[in-house]
Amino acid sequence: MILLQVIVGGLLLGAVYALLSSGLTLIWGMMNFINFAHGEFVMLGMYAALLTVLWIGGGPGIFGFAAALALFFLGILVYFSLIKEVMRGPMLAQILSTFGLSLLLRYAAFWVFSPNVMTLPPTALAGTIDLGGILLTGAQLVAGLVAAVLTLGMHLLLTRSRVGSQLLAVAEDRNAAMLMGIRPDRMQALAWGLSAASAGIAGALWAISFPFSPAVGETFALTAFVVVTLGGFGSVPGAMLAGLIVGLIQALSAYWLGPIYKDVVVYGLFVALLWLRPQGLLGTV
Amino acid sequence: MKRWGLLALVAALLAYPWLVAGSDSAAFLQDMGALVLLSAVGASAWNILGGYAGQISVGHAVFFGAGAYLPLLLYQHWQLPPLLGVPAGVAASLVIALFVGFPTLRLVGHYFSMATIAVAELVRIVIGNWDFLGAAIGLQGPATSRGWYDVIFRSSVPYYYIFLAVLALILLVTWQMQRSRLGYYLGAIRAGERAARSLGVPVRRYKLYALMLSAAFTSLAGSLYALKTGFIDPDSGLGILVSVQMIITAALGGAGTLFGPLLGAAILVPLQTATNTWLGGSGSGLTYIVYGGVIVLIARFEPGGLIELGQRLAALRQRRRKVVHRAA
Repeated sequence: MILLQVIVGGLLLGAVYALLSSGLTLIWGMMNFINFAHGEFVMLGMYAALLTVLWIGGGPGIFGFAAALALFFLGILVYFSLIKEVMRGPMLAQILSTFGLSLLLRYAAFWVFSPNVMTLPPTALAGTIDLGGILLTGAQLVAGLVAAVLTLGMHLLLTRSRVGSQLLAVAEDRNAAMLMGIRPDRMQALAWGLSAASAGIAGALWAISFPFSPAVGETFALTAFVVVTLGGFGSVPGAMLAGLIVGLIQALSAYWLGPIYKDVVVYGLFVALLWLRPQGLLGTV
Repeated sequence: MKRWGLLALVAALLAYPWLVAGSDSAAFLQDMGALVLLSAVGASAWNILGGYAGQISVGHAVFFGAGAYLPLLLYQHWQLPPLLGVPAGVAASLVIALFVGFPTLRLVGHYFSMATIAVAELVRIVIGNWDFLGAAIGLQGPATSRGWYDVIFRSSVPYYYIFLAVLALILLVTWQMQRSRLGYYLGAIRAGERAARSLGVPVRRYKLYALMLSAAFTSLAGSLYALKTGFIDPDSGLGILVSVQMIITAALGGAGTLFGPLLGAAILVPLQTATNTWLGGSGSGLTYIVYGGVIVLIARFEPGGLIELGQRLAALRQRRRKVVHRAA
């Protein structure tokens, strides 16, 4: 029964990974660009949630929304102030831009929020739920389900909506899209906004049940890299599936081998993947 | 003109410890000089891959760590002179470079950066939990010198000259590389991988050569660090900030230029020392905020670094002078 509980917990965690990774993979699919600051966006989502609770109050619905909104605008800001320009520059500039941004955000957060580990005040979701013998906290359950719904929503937005078609058109051929009356800059900015918002809301969902500090970003970024690689670059359904798998692997390795090995196993999986199947499960290179 | 400039630079570097010997804080300035050179060694090693070949590694700490850990490991467990660990570190780095580079270098650009950061983090966590390698506490070198082979000196001056010699070696190799087939191939790869491949450049093989060359020298930088400090732990040897230091130093001066890394080191090391002395312990956090900001600014406005900026300004001035001449 404990094993079953670990599995369900891992899948719920995996849904949060899927959400934040779908943001990363969206940017890759749009413009062949890896955002090294994505983990810091997740971290900022946590602090946005914390500040909302402290200043305004309210439950997970409110601070989750606030985190998504704050990060959405941050994503757009980052696109227009930085990414738009470096996309024209050499590869060095592209990679260093978000890598530098990640350092800047991480250490600025250390400076502003102190390196102390923080927790959100207990919410209405704090209680434990018994699902036929599987004990889960309400926060875990809600975070996992909300993340799964949002990831699915992202997929539907991309494949079924007008905006999604426009986004994909820009990804396919920037110039052709422009000739069709789509403004590529707006679409790419929107993609950055959506990507950052997905990271922010994933951070807020995570923060309901786990403590956090400014240093968490790196772990999230690396986990998202693994998920995106496993799922195939640019594929949101791939990220969804891979997120669940990574969450499951993490939970099981923590259970069988001990908590310190959960990241080791996941990063090891990444290295193995590079050798065996660099295009991911559902992707093509 | 250019030759005289180079000669002056060499003379200044050779004379530096003596020039500052008379000042009140001679020991401090000599130590800082050694640190500038050490930082330049690491950045020049990164530059071979990141600058010349355009493959941005953000996990070079792995190679630095291999070079730093092995010498102290030999001492810690078998009391062997740390010097013996230096070639072992280089060998280990070459193996890691092959292991990481072989699968990732067939993919373009960002993928390689991502892989390097993941491998570096994996190695850091594993070593941080491995008692044989000192776990979180780290490894220590000999406390007192047992002979020349321990490479322990009370003054920073011998270290300064050792670092200078290694830097000279790296720059010489880089200069030779620049003028050889390898250099031209790497330049072509950096400018456009697909175009290079279509012109018959064996892209993957040459990227791997650059990675191995870069890894070997980075390992050397790690060894020098460990020999001088006599101590290494997962953060100082394998942390992401070790990689950051190399990247920012090379990129600030000018990635893909011979003397860019040295210029970057000559600016950043004193700056870092200054913030640490003025602001105390809290200064280190501020240093990395500034580092992040500087990296973003370089990427956004001046990807060529200061050397390219200087060349452009010089060209501008020359053109203006010509215009003035013509007007007169």
